[in-house]
Amino acid sequence: MNEIKADDFLDLRGVLCPINFVKTKLKLEGMEAGQVLEVVLDSGEPIQNVPKSIKEEGHTIVEVKREQNHFRLKIKKSA
Amino acid sequence: MDRFIEDKITKVQVKVEGQEKKVDFSELKTGGFIKQRQKDLFAVRLRCPGGRITTEKLIGISKIAHKYSKKGVVHLSFRQSLEILYVDYREFETLVDELSKIGVKVASCGPRVRVPTACGGCEYNPNGLTDTQGLAGMVDKKYFGTPTPHKFKVSFSGCPIDCARTREMDLGFQGVVDPQWDEATCTGCTICSEACKEDAIQSHPETGKPIYDPKKCLWCGDCIRACPTSSWQAKRYGHLVRIGGKHGRHPMEAKEIALFIPDEKVPLVIEKTIQWYQTNGARGERIGKTLERVGLENYLKFMETVFSGCSILEREAV
Repeated sequence: MNEIKADDFLDLRGVLCPINFVKTKLKLEGMEAGQVLEVVLDSGEPIQNVPKSIKEEGHTIVEVKREQNHFRLKIKKSA
Repeated sequence: MDRFIEDKITKVQVKVEGQEKKVDFSELKTGGFIKQRQKDLFAVRLRCPGGRITTEKLIGISKIAHKYSKKGVVHLSFRQSLEILYVDYREFETLVDELSKIGVKVASCGPRVRVPTACGGCEYNPNGLTDTQGLAGMVDKKYFGTPTPHKFKVSFSGCPIDCARTREMDLGFQGVVDPQWDEATCTGCTICSEACKEDAIQSHPETGKPIYDPKKCLWCGDCIRACPTSSWQAKRYGHLVRIGGKHGRHPMEAKEIALFIPDEKVPLVIEKTIQWYQTNGARGERIGKTLERVGLENYLKFMETVFSGCSILEREAV
C-alpha cells in the first residue's frame, strides 16, 4: 500500500471548506484517469467533508495516512 | 379594538355551481379560502405537497395569481404552500376553475390531515437518506383532508438535521441509516471517527479501527459516506417516527416512538395513528394533548403490531 506513487500533490492545510474540495476537484480535472493525486487535509471539518465529496464524484481514495493533526490522502482519478 | 379589521360580516351570498347560496366564511376556511382583514378579500391556499411545484405549473400559477390577486402578491406559507392573497370571493369559482385546468388544487385548513411537508430528501441532497418527496406525495394522495379531531400535520425529513422539523409535527418521519462495519476491509485510517460529529466512533489507539457506540449514534450515515474503503455499509434504511409535536402558542416537542420503520410501513403507521386519534382525541385537541391525557402507553399498545421490531425501547436495551 505504501508504494503508491503520486502523480501530483496539493497541500490543503489551512484551506477551508469547500475551497479545499474545489481545489482538489480542479486539480483532478486536469489529470488523466487512473492517475493519483496526493492531498494533505486538516483534521476536523476538512476531513469530515472532503473524503465523502471525493467519493461522490466517483474517485477512489487508495491510501490514508494520519500525521499529527492532518491527513495525507492518495486519490485515484476515476475513469 | 382591532382597527385593522374592516369587515366583520361572516356570511355572504355567493354563486355555487350556478345557484345562489349563503356561504359561511368559516366553512370556506375548510376549503382553503382564508378570510382577510379586508372586506370581501381572501387568501387562497394552494396545495403543494413537499413544497414541490413544476416550473410549468409555477408559470401557470403566477399568471392566475397576477390576474386574481388585487395587490398582485403571493405568500410562501410556513408549510411550503403558495397562497394567493387579496382574492375577491365573487371570483372563487372562476379562480378554482382556472387552477384546476393547470392541475393545481386548493388546500385546506381546519380539523383534518393537512398537506404534508418535506425536505429535498435523498433525491438530490447528499445528506438525504429517504425519499421524502415521494412519501409526501403519497400522503397527499392517500390522506389529505381526512377528518381528525383537530389539525393533523405530517412531515418528512431525509436525515437527522431535520430541516422539515419533525419534532414540531403531529406525526413526523425522519430518515435514518443503520451503519454496519466490516473489519476485513478496514484499513484503520481513522477517517470515520473524524467524520462522526456525535463521538459515536472512537479509533483504537493502535490499530486505528473504529470502536462504535450505538447509544451515541444519530444514524446520519456520515461514517458510511466518508469511509474510503466502504467498510462502513448501510445495514438498513428507515424512519425515526415522532409523534405529538406542535408549535403555536404552547409548543410541544414530539416523542420518539419507533426506529427504522421501512418506507412500506409508513402508510400503515399513518392510518393506524389517525384511527387511534379519531377514537381517543377530543374535538379541538391536538394528538400531543390526547397522548398526555390518555397516555402514550395506550397508543403504543394500539400500535404494537405496526412497531414490532422497530421499538425505541428495544434499541435502548442494546
